[in-house]
Amino acid sequence: MTDTQSGLLSSQHDWSSAAARKRVKRRYAADRRLQFYGIGAIALSILLLGVLFSSLMFTGYVAFYTTKVALEVPFAADQFDKDKLGDANYRGIAKTAFLTYFPEVTSRAEQRNLVKIMSSGAPYIIRDFVVANPDRIGSTVTIQVPVSDPFDQLYKGVIPRYIDALGQDRIALFEKLQRRNVIKIEGGKAFAATDIFVNPAEIPDGDITKADLHGMVREGFAAYYPKQTSRAYQEILAEDASTQVLRAKIEAEPGIVGKTVTLMLPLAPAYDELARTGASKIVNPRFGDKAEFVWFDKLISAGAISTPFTWELFTNADSRYPELAGLAGALSGSFFALLVCFLLSFPIGIATAVYLEEFAPKNKWTDLVEVNINNLAAVPSVVFGLLGLALFINTFGLPRSAPLVGGMVLALMTLPTIIVATRAALKGVPPSIREAALGVGASKHQVMLHHVIPLSLPGILTGTIIGLAQALGETAPLLLIGMNAFIPSIENMGLTQPAMALPTQIFSWADSPERGFVSRTSAAIMVLLGFLVIMNILAVYLRRKFERKW
Amino acid sequence: MEHQVVEGSKPVTVPALDPTITARGVNVFYGDKQAIFDVDVDVPRNAITSFIGPSGCGKSTFLRCINRMNDTIPICTVTGDIRIDGEDIYDPRLDVVELRARVGMVFQKPNPFPKSIYENIAYGPRIHGLTRSKKELDELVEKCLEKAGLLKEVKDRMNEPGTGLSGGQQQRLCIARAIATRPEVILMDEPCSALDPIATAKVEELMEELKENYTIIIVTHSMQQAARVSQRTAFFHLGKLVENGDTRQIFTNPSDKRTQDYITGRFG
Amino acid sequence: MPEHTVKSYEEELSLLDTKISRMGGLAEHNLAQAFDALQRRDARQAELVIVADHAIDVLERDVEEQVIEIIARRQPMANDLRHVIGALRITSDLERIGDLAKNIGKRAAAIAEVSHPKPVISGLSQMAELALKQLKMVLDAYAERDAELALKVWRDDQKIDATYNSLFRELLTYMMEDPRNIGLSTHLLFGAKNLERVGDHTTNIAETVFYLVRGEAISDDRPKGEDTTMARLAEHG
Repeated sequence: MTDTQSGLLSSQHDWSSAAARKRVKRRYAADRRLQFYGIGAIALSILLLGVLFSSLMFTGYVAFYTTKVALEVPFAADQFDKDKLGDANYRGIAKTAFLTYFPEVTSRAEQRNLVKIMSSGAPYIIRDFVVANPDRIGSTVTIQVPVSDPFDQLYKGVIPRYIDALGQDRIALFEKLQRRNVIKIEGGKAFAATDIFVNPAEIPDGDITKADLHGMVREGFAAYYPKQTSRAYQEILAEDASTQVLRAKIEAEPGIVGKTVTLMLPLAPAYDELARTGASKIVNPRFGDKAEFVWFDKLISAGAISTPFTWELFTNADSRYPELAGLAGALSGSFFALLVCFLLSFPIGIATAVYLEEFAPKNKWTDLVEVNINNLAAVPSVVFGLLGLALFINTFGLPRSAPLVGGMVLALMTLPTIIVATRAALKGVPPSIREAALGVGASKHQVMLHHVIPLSLPGILTGTIIGLAQALGETAPLLLIGMNAFIPSIENMGLTQPAMALPTQIFSWADSPERGFVSRTSAAIMVLLGFLVIMNILAVYLRRKFERKW
Repeated sequence: MEHQVVEGSKPVTVPALDPTITARGVNVFYGDKQAIFDVDVDVPRNAITSFIGPSGCGKSTFLRCINRMNDTIPICTVTGDIRIDGEDIYDPRLDVVELRARVGMVFQKPNPFPKSIYENIAYGPRIHGLTRSKKELDELVEKCLEKAGLLKEVKDRMNEPGTGLSGGQQQRLCIARAIATRPEVILMDEPCSALDPIATAKVEELMEELKENYTIIIVTHSMQQAARVSQRTAFFHLGKLVENGDTRQIFTNPSDKRTQDYITGRFG
Repeated sequence: MPEHTVKSYEEELSLLDTKISRMGGLAEHNLAQAFDALQRRDARQAELVIVADHAIDVLERDVEEQVIEIIARRQPMANDLRHVIGALRITSDLERIGDLAKNIGKRAAAIAEVSHPKPVISGLSQMAELALKQLKMVLDAYAERDAELALKVWRDDQKIDATYNSLFRELLTYMMEDPRNIGLSTHLLFGAKNLERVGDHTTNIAETVFYLVRGEAISDDRPKGEDTTMARLAEHG
């Protein structure tokens, strides 16, 4: 063994030494760590997804049923003109039918408030029923109409009758005052016992009308809180009423000027209630007053309220009233836009991909085209929207807000996806199949049409469906070309009619102030996700079904 | 006394009687790189000719010149003269598609179309309009399968996918497909390299039978296979033809030293 | 045995057998003719035998070439390999048998003018019969791939050897009786020796056939019948 090289190679390595065992241990630990990172990452994403979906479902599920009130509508023949069925006084009919539940309410003002419990869409629902069933005129029909949004939300338990008037921090401050025995309750009302120095300097010429009583009250009460500017404390007193108390005191006993007097100052209503009952609940401002609850409870006990499935979510167009708003307009707009998108991007995408993959010479120009197609996929969608706005609407003069333009813009976005997917699918067809076809004397186009394209069709379809699914969820470009029109009717849907799409509908609902739109928005998102899931499942199914083995 | 083999600069070529294919001065370039250097080959009619040689020697490339499969590679250029029955196949007036129908090809990996067994064979005749009626096509398909020795095995499942057959059956299906366009020449590019010995033997037996009616060229890595099946052998090395002659003679008594070194496993 | 998938291989192998059986037939025929010529002192027939041997030589070369081609082109394995190797060995034995027949023919031509002593001729003809029978049997054994028959042939060789021994003694006595007989007797002795050698080659073939069929050599020791070589010479010397 003169040669060290061969010595190294021939001597046996000690695989059981302590160092070797340590090395093995470290390696196992590193393997486990790597595995753990992966599992951790997946768990985190599943958790986030779970949170997203559960919050969506939790807020959205209530939109799938509607609180409805059953109206017994007597269709008296004299109310209708046979030729103009739509012009009858349906508002009156609905009102009369609704008021039959409340014979005791007679004042006009009360009746006006009472009718607000019923959705303002009720007359139209009755009208649509009559127009659809003119033979029912003369009979009494039970029609379910939705209640208005606040009561819908109330019945579903989304919003409470009473809401907290004060926040936790305010209650904590007030309790501090209570612990210091500042707050006293006398005769069912709460007061703050406050020492007030009736400063003669603040009463010019002894004229009480010119005196700064506000300042005096504020200064006196300020002794209870250290910071001069704490607005939270200032809210506690009912200031105007307190000033009145002070004024009355001074007027009754002018001798107290220049002295300090202890006054029982009244509290602001919420604090008054908090002091007396320990809670500061007030009637939810979405409702008029407590009387409405009484009326609504009467409806419930009369068994007039039911909660059927909200078919209207799919059959109604958009509405300002959340209980009436539906997705039909958005669904049709999205359908037309996707149709245009598919009809444009599918053939153009396949043609492009086939040319680039099979026929194009490899040179700088095709490289440039290729790079640009790949880059196109990375262009922000809003840019496509701007392009659509500038080119299709402003230059070509195509109608604004139309699914035609929306589809064209979406096609621009979908094209790169389809091209890339098609090229990948074409590449995936083994060269042996091309050779086989060429070998029996098929020409280039026969090789493509008879063999390569049919074989890559599953891949192409998958890419197309995924591209379309992306397009379905795209919002920004549609907003730019105005595809968020308010479409309250589904009668006039078409390629060139103003329309709405699912994502823009979601966008616009999310922006609406009414409480009912919150759940409607979540429901719309669920519908959108449902469509995306269906499309993806379809893509997977197609791929599985047509996938070939070689 | 030991037989003298010399390393010659000129290829040793024993001319074939009645050649179907004659190639003269064929050069093939991939871009700037030359893959085939000045090859002259005669391929005798109704016999099996094998092209052997180490990997990258150009045997497959040369084979693909015969049905102009190399045309599909954009950077590939072929010069020289290749004739089938005296007809120049690189004549610009000649239709490549028709040529490929007349010169069938079988590939290394069995590559049936992912269609039915029937469709696999009917495809070629259909696109070339070789049959007049459905009945005639049915007959042709049956005949091709019979010739390929496959009819008995697949008779009852003509509509099942060709890809469902075993490897050997697939390769015989590919041969049946190749003869369906009624070619004069069948090119086989390592047709058995993906098959087990039994399937290989079946394909070899099929080749033996087919040679009665077709001129067959087989490219093979296996010298043993070349020795078994072919009547003539051409040995390629580094893009050049080294020796071309009777298989018996090449395998028992090669004239060129490089051939001897290769077939006896002493190369390099 | 199932046939080879490649029919031409099968054909080549059976062609080999055909050639060998033709060679065997020729060798058998030549041997019979040569002995016949010796017995009948027919110089012309003896000449014919000498010429006929050429056909065997041609066949041997033919078989040899075919065997080489089969080995080169078919790469025979297992029983196929034993088959072609056996064929090669059998042809070389048959060729030797042909040569021995030719030799007998030459001697027959040389002693055609002289009358042969009857008892020697009858011993010789008995030996020739035995050798021919053995040869025929071993060729059958080859054709039928019959290892048992081959074994029998192999064992029976000692009969030829025994006959040769007695013939040797007889011819020795004959030569001692009259020195003028020495020329003729030597020729006849060589003839007998040739027949004995035919027996040995037949035994070789039997061994080959046994190996061909069973894939192993014959294990037991062959009873050696021929013991003329040293012992008797010592006795007379």
